Amino acid sequence: MYYIDLGVTGLSFGCMYAMMAVGLTLVYGLLRILHIAHAAVFALGAYLTVLVANATGNIGLGFLAAIAVTPLFGMGVYRLLYEPLLRYRPDVPMIASVGLLVLMQDAFRIAFGEQGVTFHSNRYAFMIFDLAGVRVNAVQIAIIACAIIVFVGLHLFTTRSRIGIGWRATVSRPKIATSFGVDAIKVRYLNFAIGSALAALAGGLVGMLNNLVDPAIGYVVSYKALAIIVLGGLGSVRGTLIASLVLGMVETYGTIFMGAWLNRDAIAFVALIALLMIRPQGFTGARTA
Amino acid sequence: MSAYEISVLSVIGLNVMLAVSLNIISGFCGQVSLGHGAFYGAGAYGAALTMIAWSSVPLSLFMGTAVGAVFGLIVGFASLRVRSDFLAVTTIGVNFLFTGFVRKQSWLGGEMGISGIPGSGLSSTGNMIMILVFAALTIAISFYISRSWMGFAFRAVSQDEDAAATLGINSGAYKLAAFGIGTALAGLAGGLYAFFTQFITADTFDFILSVMLMAMVVIGGIGSTTGVVVAAIALTLLPEAIRFVNDYRLLVFGGLLVLVIRLAPGGIADLTRRFVIPAAKA
Repeated sequence: MYYIDLGVTGLSFGCMYAMMAVGLTLVYGLLRILHIAHAAVFALGAYLTVLVANATGNIGLGFLAAIAVTPLFGMGVYRLLYEPLLRYRPDVPMIASVGLLVLMQDAFRIAFGEQGVTFHSNRYAFMIFDLAGVRVNAVQIAIIACAIIVFVGLHLFTTRSRIGIGWRATVSRPKIATSFGVDAIKVRYLNFAIGSALAALAGGLVGMLNNLVDPAIGYVVSYKALAIIVLGGLGSVRGTLIASLVLGMVETYGTIFMGAWLNRDAIAFVALIALLMIRPQGFTGARTA
Repeated sequence: MSAYEISVLSVIGLNVMLAVSLNIISGFCGQVSLGHGAFYGAGAYGAALTMIAWSSVPLSLFMGTAVGAVFGLIVGFASLRVRSDFLAVTTIGVNFLFTGFVRKQSWLGGEMGISGIPGSGLSSTGNMIMILVFAALTIAISFYISRSWMGFAFRAVSQDEDAAATLGINSGAYKLAAFGIGTALAGLAGGLYAFFTQFITADTFDFILSVMLMAMVVIGGIGSTTGVVVAAIALTLLPEAIRFVNDYRLLVFGGLLVLVIRLAPGGIADLTRRFVIPAAKA
């Protein structure tokens, strides 16, 4: 049963990575910017969740606050930081993005302390179900359920609704989409808003799972998410989903088999570097880097 | 000089070496590397192990340089495959791999690092002078490259690889050269660091260090040796001079990085060119 337990853990991590990375891959698809500060949005979401939950005593309100506030932040980052930098080489906005991440992580440390913030009442983190011998944490189930809802919803939104179709069209062929009357600027804001809300949701859930939100929460996720979107073929939601799940699994099992000579966080990068050497354009991406 | 001043000057020397060598790779040749800390670390570990085994200072410094360069050339080959922001992601990965790998290796001291590295035999002032001499040498090399044919080729590759190719510039070879030279200098700085502290751990060479080095290059002005030297000195002194900055070091560095790129993407060098030089002429 040990290996099945691990499988569930891997799956829940994969789902969390997917929710985090989908915003990132769509930003890259639209703007060709590696939005590393997306991890700061993830951390912001986690902090908002825990702070509001502790203040009101209701975890649901915490998530609501996180999902309501982070889209504004994401759109602000686009408007104030990225939009003026679009005319430079792609590594210029990327370095600015790294700067923003470092700045925000340190701001969280200064504002809320080195030790982080714990939930006052979070019974879900310790609620463990026994499903035919497989032990599953309630938060893990919530992460998997949220990811399913999010990706089904996203699929319906981008295939059934007019705005969603316009969004997809802009990601794949911006000029043609614009000539068909899609407002490319609105699509960018929409993209940052939805991506940020999903990252915040993932952040809040991770905070709940660990029962702790500390200043380092965003760091490792940020670089892993970069690895994921490259592995998934940039701009492809389906590829990102697959890469996230694969990485979640590989990491969880990899720690068992390779843990002696490499730590968990390095495994993602071994996969990434190996892939980039073989296929510099990513897994599925036909576009050149 | 007090021990404090000696140590600050030594750190300045090391940071100048690192920032100037990163500038050769990212500034001159345009290959963004966010993993410079890994080469610094590789050099430090190489030198430390050599010193423990053979206790020869010149040999250790040479080994540090060599380990940095070999590691750098391997990563340089990556720059032939992937470009621009993808290369940046790869180098971030290299940095995480380096620290992740070193932490798990018992022969590299694991999490505890290597302590009790034999000293260089020089006094702390002597050590500082050695570091400053090598820093001056690094600056001289950077100026020399900038004015040589190689510097011209680096800039051509940086601005437009395809156009450089039509001029008969073998961009692959020059990218490798930039990585080789830059990382060799970083490895040398690592060797000097091992003698300076006589104690090294993987944490010193993490991604945050690489970001701070990139901040020095960007704030100084990408591609300008003088600007980068000024920025490296200023950003090393800033946390020392203003006490509260030391607690908020990352906040200040991150903030400066964002502000400089947003408001003056050319950094200090560009600002001087635009405002100070015309003002002096008028």
